Parts: sequence; structure tokens; C-alpha cells
Amino acid sequence: MRYHQAVHDVPLMFEGCESGPDDDLEDEVRAALPEYLLRTSLMLPDLAEREVVKHFVNLSQMNFGVDNGFYPLGSCTMKYNPKICDEVSAWDTVSNLHPLQDVSTVQGALQVMAELEDMLCEIGGVDAVTLQPAAGAHGEFTGMHIVRAYHESRAEVRKEVILPETAHGTNPASAAMVGYDVLDLPSKDGCVEIEALKAAVSDDTAAFMLTNPNTLGLFERDVEEIAKIIHEAGALLYYDGANLNAIMGKTSPGKMDFDIVHFNLHKTFATPHGGGGPGAGPVGVKKLLEEFLPVPRIVRGDGVYSLDHDRPRSIGKVKSFFGNFAVLVRAHAYIVMKGGKGLERVSEEAVLNSNYLKEQLKDLFDMPYGDLRKHEFVLSGSVLKKRGVRTMDFAKRLLDYGFHAPTVYFPLIIDEALMIEPTESETKDTLDAFAEACRRIMSEDPELLRSAPHSAARSRIDEVKAARDMVLSWRGYLKKSDATISRA
Amino acid sequence: MMTRLGLRSVEDLFRDIPQGLRTDGLDLPEGVDEMELRRRLESVLSSNEPASRWLSFLGGGVYYHHIPAVVRAVAFRSEFATSYTPYQSEVSQGMLQALFEYQSIMAELTAMDYVNCSVYDYSTALGEAVLMSHRLRGGDRFLVSRATSPERTDVARVYARGADIDIDEVGYDPESGAVDAEDLESKMSDDVCGFYFETPNVFGALEEGWKRIRDIVGDRVLAIGSNPLALALIRPPGEMGADIVIGDAQPLGVPMSFGGPSIGVFGCREEHVRKMPGRIIGMTEDEDGRRSFCMTLQTREQHIRRSKATSNICTNEALLAVAVAAHVATLGRSGLRRMALRNIQNMKALSEGIDALEGFEAPAFQAHHFNEFVVRSSVAPEDVNRALRDASIHGGFPLGRWFPDLKDCSLVATTEMHSPSDISRLTEALEGIR
Repeated sequence: MRYHQAVHDVPLMFEGCESGPDDDLEDEVRAALPEYLLRTSLMLPDLAEREVVKHFVNLSQMNFGVDNGFYPLGSCTMKYNPKICDEVSAWDTVSNLHPLQDVSTVQGALQVMAELEDMLCEIGGVDAVTLQPAAGAHGEFTGMHIVRAYHESRAEVRKEVILPETAHGTNPASAAMVGYDVLDLPSKDGCVEIEALKAAVSDDTAAFMLTNPNTLGLFERDVEEIAKIIHEAGALLYYDGANLNAIMGKTSPGKMDFDIVHFNLHKTFATPHGGGGPGAGPVGVKKLLEEFLPVPRIVRGDGVYSLDHDRPRSIGKVKSFFGNFAVLVRAHAYIVMKGGKGLERVSEEAVLNSNYLKEQLKDLFDMPYGDLRKHEFVLSGSVLKKRGVRTMDFAKRLLDYGFHAPTVYFPLIIDEALMIEPTESETKDTLDAFAEACRRIMSEDPELLRSAPHSAARSRIDEVKAARDMVLSWRGYLKKSDATISRA
Repeated sequence: MMTRLGLRSVEDLFRDIPQGLRTDGLDLPEGVDEMELRRRLESVLSSNEPASRWLSFLGGGVYYHHIPAVVRAVAFRSEFATSYTPYQSEVSQGMLQALFEYQSIMAELTAMDYVNCSVYDYSTALGEAVLMSHRLRGGDRFLVSRATSPERTDVARVYARGADIDIDEVGYDPESGAVDAEDLESKMSDDVCGFYFETPNVFGALEEGWKRIRDIVGDRVLAIGSNPLALALIRPPGEMGADIVIGDAQPLGVPMSFGGPSIGVFGCREEHVRKMPGRIIGMTEDEDGRRSFCMTLQTREQHIRRSKATSNICTNEALLAVAVAAHVATLGRSGLRRMALRNIQNMKALSEGIDALEGFEAPAFQAHHFNEFVVRSSVAPEDVNRALRDASIHGGFPLGRWFPDLKDCSLVATTEMHSPSDISRLTEALEGIR
């Protein structure tokens, strides 16, 4: 074992902090506002800058990111994030722009956004893109509203969205948020079963949501037939772009006849995941749906960019202003640097890495459903159960070898699932080392796995206690007399 | 690797894509290297006029504040920036503790029991608040104070539409900009699930009538929006009887970035936490009894509950929550109070300066304000701004686009970034405008 995560004893920044205020501002504060508008106490830490730096630097050393090592978290596309993109997004001409500035003073920003829209149109095979949604799920939400607006514009009421049972959890949640009933479609051999789909569609079907390649890493070969069935039923076809990293330049959602597509810029286009965000989830549509896109739209005339708020059939706004601009700038920079050929190569290498690693691992585990995978693959850890070990134990043990664990227990149709997405960023040596670690773990004492991790900043963490105690803030901690969690 | 896989060409890896669906590469230009990228982007972006170059008095939900260098230095460290949702808590304690600290800071500022570790922004926080109110109370109408930015109300309407909830507006008092309590009372009925107002509101004015509002709202949900920076000084929503508190923590360490990303604050009372959207970090222990943190109450979330989840949110604004925590820690309690105070003092200096000018009235609403206020002018706001642009000044936002009855008004914001000479630069520039 060559890995050991740093372990620092970092007190909460609130530790030892007392209720105040205790400063000399009271007179000035009272001159500024009447007493009935003022708060009487505020408990926040007062730390010297040096202490703040130590606090966060030591915390960061107890956090594993792509920059630390291999992070094969399936369906999350944890690729390397080029540093130049971060730098550009921090430029003064990006970070200090106000969204309500007169358009004559933000022409450069609008140009970058318009160019990104155009590039995403080409990659997605769609006719128009909105950059407003803040995340993938937010893109789905936007897309489902477009579905609803489209049917309403035809004076049709359709109540149902169909999706495969292997779909990301955000898909059903997004459809439900837009008022749709969700119908889970069982799969056959890991893919959409055409007969089941035919049986499920009706004139109540508003849309079918699909990711292709799907969450098992399989390309849905029958997608043309699926599109035909959906369109003949008068419904729309929605593409979850979470897995777009597998197909750039090889095919496109538009080519597959999808009507609506969302892109995860923090996956395919290398913007950092930020420990959970911010991301960006632009949505692309075919021509017939363009009028429903959120306002404002960026329009260009005589070489000047402007914002058009007057789109009577638009679904409205899904977020203040124009989207997560600082994320958009990063993705724009990434695409420009890669170029068309470079992006195609990204997909080739992502798929090559995935298949290479799959070949190394498939004999160690069960791997249902054929051989060729796209950017990711799913193994079943059911063999572990015979040794009294769960997939989660295996995942935790991987941490001891300096690898982030794959996505586990998803998709649900695979028993004890391990979903592995290596991305194009990793070298053959890294993939070999990961495979070797898996092989070694397979022959280790099961107890070593059940008690893992041993080299992380913490041993196995008690999630049940967290849910039972519900200590969710320092205020809550102080309030709960039964909270007896010690620091060290 | 190709040999190992028995491949003759990389195209063999794509043989599962039917020929009819294949595209012939991408019609995009050749890639460029880092130096060329920098050259191009510098050229394109140089036509922008950022607030650091021009003097800016824009607010309306996004504010130009000082961000200490330490914030970027620590919060954007690549161990934080390149990690994802902390599913493997044992190797993610850094992010988890920082998020717990963010939750703690926001719970304290808002005086609420629990705050989640972020939603996308203020506007989607309002959308989620409408949906949560509906889950808590039932009823298919939700009332929103009209003294709310349409950038937020418009988004809330889209969120509400999905659940077939109607958003109705409650007027504001034309003198003070405060919630018109009589109008609120007249719109109350059984099918109303809740009411939302802001302090400071879209006009920068602080709401004074919260007691009466709470009484009128009764057992329905009261949601209150606020600016977390203002909360360093003003009475927090938790002390006004709020069931849900929302806001945007952008003023606390997040650059404006043309309006995004910012960070939506969402908090609630303890008894409602299971109906709350978004990710929540809890304190617990590891096997060795050491204090630890992990995601908790996940059965509310989409990856477990799918179509029955409280929200579809997955990716949020976590890294910005770390930035906010670092910002508040750096300023500390007294630093944060001083910063908020400076905002009020600058607001007073600026509004007095403008009010003294012929043809200008400020503030147009008789109320206490935080860091922005409405200016009424005899010259149309668009014309005022055109003249100000010649002096490299971003004037206040002309309110006519948001409030057709306020065509002669603009929303003027100031922060601690403005020196006394910046303030006189604006008033002097305005003086010449007729």
C-alpha cells in the first residue's frame, strides 16, 4: 500500500467562539439603523488570516480530487480539468462583469456565449442552445418544461414521461417536478426493450428520456427504432447528455433523432466538479422547439450582440440572468483548445481506456450484457458476497490504494453494481495499477475489506448515526445535549 | 492497448453505432495551444467593461464586493475544486467539514435551524421554496410580494407551473415599498400555501411589518428572502417567524461573473427538514469514535427516491459554499459587521448626495435601506445612463423593464468598494445631466 491520506486535527471554525457582538461598532450601528431592525446577537468565529489559511489548507489535504489521483466515478466523467480554463474564468473581464450592465459593455461576454452555443449545436447535432440551466438536472428540468410547452402549444395534454429503469435518478425527479407521471421501462440485455416500449407508449406519452450510451456503457443500438416509435406517438425524445463523452464526432444526439439534449459542461467539457458544483447544463433543441427556449436569447445583428427578452412562447426563465457564466467560459476555452478533431480523439481515448480496463477486470467480477462498452462499464460485485463482503467494502478498500471508488449500487438492475468510468485523461500505467489493486483486494482477508478504509483520514463513517442525531449545524450541535461527538 | 484488445483500428470501438447514425467528425476549427487561446480570449473579452475598470452602481441581486485574496487561495485549491459529491466520506472530510461550516454560518446568520449546502441561486431557491411550501401545507396558490426582483419571481413561476401552483403577487406600499398588509390579507384564502417577502427587498428597503405579516399568514408557510451580508446587522428572518429562509450568498466571497455562478441559500425549521430540497451534511463519528462528517437525510434526494424526491437537484454550488465559509472566517464576526455597516453608510452618503441634486429624488421609498435604493429622476434613466457611460460609469439599473410603473426610476447600489471620491464622481457626473 503506497497511499496515506493526511490526517489533521482541524477543529470546527466555531470551536471556542462565543456569542457577541463584542466589537466597538455599537454606536455606529445604532446610528445606521433603529433598534427594532437590528439583530441582538451573532455567533461567528473571529480568526486571524493565518489561522484561516491553516484551517482550509489542512482540510483540503483531507479531500480527494481528480488532481490527487484516479477517480473512476461512473457517469460523472471525472476527467482532468485544464488549469488555463480556471485562470481565464478568473480574469477581470469575466469575474467582475455585472449581469445588468448595458449590452454595449459586455459584447465580449455575449460573443463567448454565442460561440459556445454554436459549438454545442455542432457537437449535439441540434439547432439552438440555451446556456441558462445551472446543472445537468436543471437542464432536464428545462427540457421537460419545453416538452410541456410544446404539447400545450398543440392543445394536447399528455401526462406521462417514460424512461428506462437504468436512468439516472435525476431523470424521473426532473420529470416529476414538471408535473409528469413517470413510467419506468424494464430493460432487456441492458438496453431498452422495443416490445416493452411499444406497449408503454400511448397518446398520453409526453416524452421518452434516454441516455445513449446508457448507464451500463452500452450503446442503445435500437435508438432509430426507439425514435420512430416515440415520434409516431406524437411524443418527444429527450437526451440526457451525462454520457456524451463517449460519442463526440462519432454520432450525435441530433443525428439519433433526439429532439432535446442537455450537456453537462462539468463532465464532457472539463469544468471542475467543485465538490458538487457549480456546473452548467445547457440545453439544445431541434428547430421546432427553439421558440420555447428560456429568455433572454442572445441574438446577433450587424456584428453586435444583444439580448432578446420578447419571446412570447418561451417557457420563461429557469435561473436569474444568463447561466453559470464562469463555468461557460471554461467550457468554451476547453472546446476551442481541443478543436473538432481533438474532441473526437477525447471520445476515442475515453472509450479505449474504458474497454481496456474492462478487459482487465471482467474476469474478476461478473460482467453481464456482452462485451463492447463505451466510456464506462458496470461490473457486478455479487462474487464478493460469497466471501461475506459487499461492493461497498470493496469500494472502501480501493481508497486504501489511493484510488477513488467507482459509483456503487447503481444502476439498480445490476446486483452489487460497480460503475467504472476511467475517462480519457488516465495513462495505461494508472489503469494497470488500478486493475492490479482490484486483483489484490480480491485475494485479501475479507475482514480487511469490511473494516476498510485504513489509510484515509477517517475509518468507516457511521451514516446511520448521522441520520439519527441530525446534527446539521453548529447551532444544532450546541442545542442537542445528547450530542457527544468528541473531536479527536 | 489496442493490441491487447485485438483492435485493428480505434473505429472498431464504435462498431456498435449503426452506420446510418455515424457522423463524419465535427465541423469545428482545429484546436489551439494555450498561448493562442489566451491571445484570442484576451482580445474577445477586452471589449467588456468590468466593474473593476468602470465605476459601477449596479445591484439588483448581484453585488460588487471586496473578496480577500485568501478566499481564492484556499477555497479553489484543487483538492476541493476537482473533487465531486462526497459519496466516499472517508476521503472527503475536507469538503464535508467545510460544507458543514457553511451550513453553520448560514444557520447562524439566518437564525434558522438548518440550511442545506446550497441550491443554484436566489431565484431557484425561491422556486424550491414555493414547492416546499406546497408539500408542507397543500394548496395551489402561493403569494409573492411584488417588491421582489422579477429575475426571481419569473423563475418561481416556472417552478410553480410544474406543480400546477399559481403565483399571485401582493402589492407594496407606494410610499415605503413595504408589503401592503391589506392587500395580503385580502388575498388570503384556504388554497394559499404560503407567502414570500424579502428584506431587504428589490428596492433595497428593509421590511418593518413582519409581525403583522406573520399574523396574517397564520398557519401557512412564511418564506423570507434576505441578503446574508445584511444579516450581519439586521434582524434575521428566523426571528420574524420564518418557516423557510432563502437568499444568495454571492456577496460573501463570490465574484459577480456576469450573474453566475452564485449560491442559493436555503434554510428551514427543524420540524420541516425532511421536506427540504438539496444536500445536507451531518456530523457523526467514524469507527474509532472520531468526529466525522457525511451526507445525510439522503432519502429525500433523487438518487434514492427518484420521482418521489423533494427535488431533482444533484450538482449544486458546493465550491462556492467553501468560498463563503472562507470569506466569513477571514472577515470574522466584527469584520463582517463592519463590512455591512460600511454598505449602509455608503448607501446613506450616496442617496443624500443624489437627493441634493436638482431633478433627482433619493431614496424614492421612505424606508431604511441596506446597500441599494431607488432614484427617481426627471431625465429618463436610460438617458442618464447613456451620459454616465461617457464618463465610464455604470449607472443604476433602469427599473422600467421590471416595473412598468417605475419608468422614471433606477435602482442604484453601492458597497464597501466605493470610496468617498467614487461617490462624488457619480454625483458630479449626474449634476451635469439635464
